[in-house]
Amino acid sequence: MLTHLPILQVILPLVAAPSCMILQRSRLSWLFTVLVSLAAFVVSALLLQQVMAEGVIRYSLGGWDAPWGIEYRIDALNAWVLFIVTAVSTAVIAAARTSIEAELGASRQTVFYTLYLLCFAGLLGIVATGDVFNVFVFLEISSLSTYALIAMGRDRRALWSAFQYLVLGTIGATFILIGIGFLYMMTGTLNMLDLAERLPAVESSTAVLAAFAFILVGICLKLALFPLHLWLPNAYSNAPSIVTAFLAATATKVALYLLVRFTVTVFGIDFSLSALPLQSLFILLGLAGVFVGSAVAIYQSNIKRMLAYSSVAQIGYMIIGIGISTVVGLQATLLHLFNHALMKAALFLALAGVAYRIGGCSLEQIRGLGRSMPWTMGAIAIGGASLVGMPLTAGFISKWYLIAASIDSGFWPLALLIVAGSLLSAVYVWRLVEAGYLREPQSGQLAAEPGEAPLGLLIPTWILVLANLYFGVETSLPVSVTEMAATYLLGGAP
Amino acid sequence: METSALLGLALGLPVLAFAGVLMADQRQNLREAISLLCGGLLLWTVANLYQPALQGESVSLAWLQVMPGIELAFRVEPLGLLFALVASFLWIVTTLYAIGYMRGHNEANQTRFFALFALSIGCVMGIAFAENLFTLFVFYEVLTLATYPLVTHAGTEKARAGGRTYLMILLGTSVGFFLVAIAGTWLLAGTLSFTPGGVFPTETAPAVLSLLLVLYVFGVGKAAIMPFHRWLPAAMVAPTPVSALLHAVAVVKAGVFVILKVCLMIFGLETLKAIPATTWLLYLAAISILLASLVALRQDNLKARLAYSTISQLGYITLGALLATSAGIAGGAMHIVMHAFGKITLFFCAGAILVAAHKTEISQLDGLGRQMPVTMSAFFVASLCIIGVPPTGGTWSKWFLLLGTVEAEQWSLVVLLMLSSLLSIAYLLPIPLRAFFPRNGTTVPGKVMVREAPWPSMVAIAVTAIGCVLLLAYPTIFSRLIHAGI
Repeated sequence: MLTHLPILQVILPLVAAPSCMILQRSRLSWLFTVLVSLAAFVVSALLLQQVMAEGVIRYSLGGWDAPWGIEYRIDALNAWVLFIVTAVSTAVIAAARTSIEAELGASRQTVFYTLYLLCFAGLLGIVATGDVFNVFVFLEISSLSTYALIAMGRDRRALWSAFQYLVLGTIGATFILIGIGFLYMMTGTLNMLDLAERLPAVESSTAVLAAFAFILVGICLKLALFPLHLWLPNAYSNAPSIVTAFLAATATKVALYLLVRFTVTVFGIDFSLSALPLQSLFILLGLAGVFVGSAVAIYQSNIKRMLAYSSVAQIGYMIIGIGISTVVGLQATLLHLFNHALMKAALFLALAGVAYRIGGCSLEQIRGLGRSMPWTMGAIAIGGASLVGMPLTAGFISKWYLIAASIDSGFWPLALLIVAGSLLSAVYVWRLVEAGYLREPQSGQLAAEPGEAPLGLLIPTWILVLANLYFGVETSLPVSVTEMAATYLLGGAP
Repeated sequence: METSALLGLALGLPVLAFAGVLMADQRQNLREAISLLCGGLLLWTVANLYQPALQGESVSLAWLQVMPGIELAFRVEPLGLLFALVASFLWIVTTLYAIGYMRGHNEANQTRFFALFALSIGCVMGIAFAENLFTLFVFYEVLTLATYPLVTHAGTEKARAGGRTYLMILLGTSVGFFLVAIAGTWLLAGTLSFTPGGVFPTETAPAVLSLLLVLYVFGVGKAAIMPFHRWLPAAMVAPTPVSALLHAVAVVKAGVFVILKVCLMIFGLETLKAIPATTWLLYLAAISILLASLVALRQDNLKARLAYSTISQLGYITLGALLATSAGIAGGAMHIVMHAFGKITLFFCAGAILVAAHKTEISQLDGLGRQMPVTMSAFFVASLCIIGVPPTGGTWSKWFLLLGTVEAEQWSLVVLLMLSSLLSIAYLLPIPLRAFFPRNGTTVPGKVMVREAPWPSMVAIAVTAIGCVLLLAYPTIFSRLIHAGI
């Protein structure tokens, strides 16, 4: 059983998706999805523990050995990302029932859960596999289901957003496919380790360079790296609240994983840094993302949109960490991967509660929320503090590592700019806090005071909020895992 | 008892009081008994740390390590103990006063009030005993959040507007400047621990240090240096015991304490003297003193006048710290104590006047001395303490500050100190004078009954006013600590 964990991680939700379709009853399919997600979480936790204890796990699908069959390779990096995705997914989907009932209506719920499981399976597949074509297949599974999930948003703008994402996402996926094709052409293999071994021999050819460029741009599109982020704000703000929470916390993280996997493992960090001026490119684009994203976020009145732009900024931080390309820099990225998933999931879930009770989430609408929905607003405030990077929250840890990394590598101005970026995020978080706690509710806006969000939604939200606080104080787990992953990735020893 | 256990107790007792008050809830007498009991125990605990601190015994406590080099840890050192001693003593007195005030004024949500009051004192203990800047920052922020509901206690539109300014300035400066300065310190020095003599390596460029110092002075918004002083008058919407707490015990003193500590143990006096920003900030503090005094002169609302007086007096402490001479630091630290006793008495009196006579404006006070002789006498004594003349303890702090200024050869500042002392006479003394010697026969005809505030409040006023006087005779309790600290 334990030896089959890697495949179990992916196959479980993949098989569960069509099974969910059979269930038909919406409550039942919700419960089923929660159980599957929980099982996936347990699997990922076991995997993580195994990797930490024994090192890399290799698993050949169907007993076919690596160059011929598909191989799943779990090292500290993907074990970590799998852990993040499954953990957040479990919390989000546990909270989903009431919100989905309210936003989707009765008839489409089973379809929703099916699509959700597909998307979940796709994301896990991308992370678990050690085969680049397999990556593309799972990427398509997750992308297609994501488009459908976004289109389920409650007003018609969701359709347009989904279409926009579909166009850009398809371009991205196609680019990745072209890149993979070139790589296969040059090396005759699709296995990541094989690729890593064979690429140095042909790395001077333009085909490899082109492959690198295609894959890089393709992933950056999925990643919503500035300036390829244009699909993200619309998609996030018009999707159903639960979908937003899930996507914000997982989808971009998985794309970021791919970026690290390709630049560091497949192409090798030396090649990646010399083929393109990647270091300065990543740092500059990351900084641009931080500043543009945060500055635009300040002027948003729709909170989902505000947080979407904040995601663009946070992705900027993670890219900066990769751009620094030292062990500490990479570690900062991986830490922020985790911490950002925690804070964004908490924030978007809290917003799901707001949308459920009030019917929308603009700054106007959350006025006076501190009194009518104290727990929800508390979650928003703490999540926001974590987003700013206040001490004792998870956000502080990753920002601190990022600053330390930039100083270690002698990028002094970068450290200052990171701090300045945090100040911008403090501005929009302050706008949330101000509206929620310090402004009077608009008179005559509501006949009755809205009550607190339903418990089913509130408990998962607060579990995430407490996780934000817990991992702001007790950092041994994330720090040790990310340290191991980063040294392993950059250490060169396979 | 183990001294480190005492330190843990000092940090834990207020939290215990917080929980106890919440649990006692509506049972008023039990609730207040818990507050007083914990206050008494806290004072006892802190007093027991006095000897160890004086003898330089190392008493420390580490809670948890967030990251290598960043931890929540506490250590007793003389200056911190001074602050803790003042705060824990005044907590008891203020609680006593608040009992009379809150009941006499029929305030709502009294449980919340007393609970958050205890929590605020807990934060003060955290700040006073913080071993490093990280710990200090955490408690500094919690203190802001814990006092916010106290400021908006009334719940009116005006209270909320005041609370907004309060939060916005305090959080804004701390996140925008203070945290940045801490990060910069970490990057330059590689440590956040308070170290006598400073932490920065000697080769650090003065320009960078200047920038950091500016960030610290502006970042500690609680020290209310101009132009970040607006929150103090805005917070005047709070009930009077809260104002007393904010102005005399917890919030502003936390601010100037941080400045003192940063000057002494992060920069170190030698470094501080050498960097150019010190001089500019010194003049800024001087301007702050002068302008705030002038504004205070024009306020008719009693609490607003006291608020501006606080801004001005805080400027003295910042100035003392920035003088970077041992006399200056001693004066600043001494003024933390003296101003605490003086200002808390003044606010107590203002509250007593509100409760017993329902008056808030200075122009209404004519002839009040006959109705409230004890209160107005206390007001007079406390005014002398703020101004800094015998027979009150304020004399000492002003004396040391003057010495420090002379020692630093800042002659223009010497003149300024004289001038602002005159100004403080002009804005404080007319108040009791008016009460006792009403202008052109506005006395109320007939026999005036003596009607003072409820007795617990009067006891509190008497204690702090007598304290002001006693401090002239026994400043050594505190000055020994200060000398051990420097």
